Amino acid sequence: MTEQNDSEPRPHVAAQIDENLKRVYGEVAREGVPDRFRDLIAQLKAREVDQSEDAQ
Amino acid sequence: MSDHPDPRDELVDHLPALRAFALSLTRNGAAADDLVQDTIVKAWTNIEKFQAGTNMRAWLFTILRNTFYSNRRKAKREVADVDGVFTASLSEKPAHDGRLQMTDFKKAFEQLPDEQREALILVGAQGFSYEEAAAMCGCAIGTIKSRANRGRGKLAELLQLEDGEELTMTDNATMAVIAQGGQGSF
Repeated sequence: MTEQNDSEPRPHVAAQIDENLKRVYGEVAREGVPDRFRDLIAQLKAREVDQSEDAQ
Repeated sequence: MSDHPDPRDELVDHLPALRAFALSLTRNGAAADDLVQDTIVKAWTNIEKFQAGTNMRAWLFTILRNTFYSNRRKAKREVADVDGVFTASLSEKPAHDGRLQMTDFKKAFEQLPDEQREALILVGAQGFSYEEAAAMCGCAIGTIKSRANRGRGKLAELLQLEDGEELTMTDNATMAVIAQGGQGSF
């Protein structure tokens, strides 16, 4: 009755999977991000400064 | 360090995690970058909705996943354009330590349904609690648990981990046998 209901893995398998998830995800996160994101943030910041100056 | 006067200054610290989450959801490099870009703009222009002192990463992830599902609905396209970036862009590490082959793992992960990948990233990889993940996804805690468990179950099935003992394997050759369907001897 308790065997493999709904394909839920055993605890040690689940732990192993989570460990690998962390590893894969960590690798992607460590790849660095494209410059376009930092550029975009700089643009958003600059636009805001412009707007606040216009308002004055 | 976390004492920024403007919470938006903290945005840049979350970009790598946001991108990793976007890649795991879209499985497409260009789509992931567009998704991160939309998330940055939305976060920037809605920053007053962010409650200081709460988890900014959770807030950003919520924006990103909502944008992802909203775009998907708009596109009315259930078949994602998977370009394998999530798998291919990753450096390959030799599996001398008895762990799973990463490439096989990533390929299996990419096959999971969106909701299961999402739950596994939030809970399994990013380490949010089930409660946090449920709040981010706007669903019940039990739903997140069930999605994560079904995702783990599917991964175990795809990687043929259910017999347990494979996990102690230490060499690529044995893993290759497993990957080719040599489960009969276990």
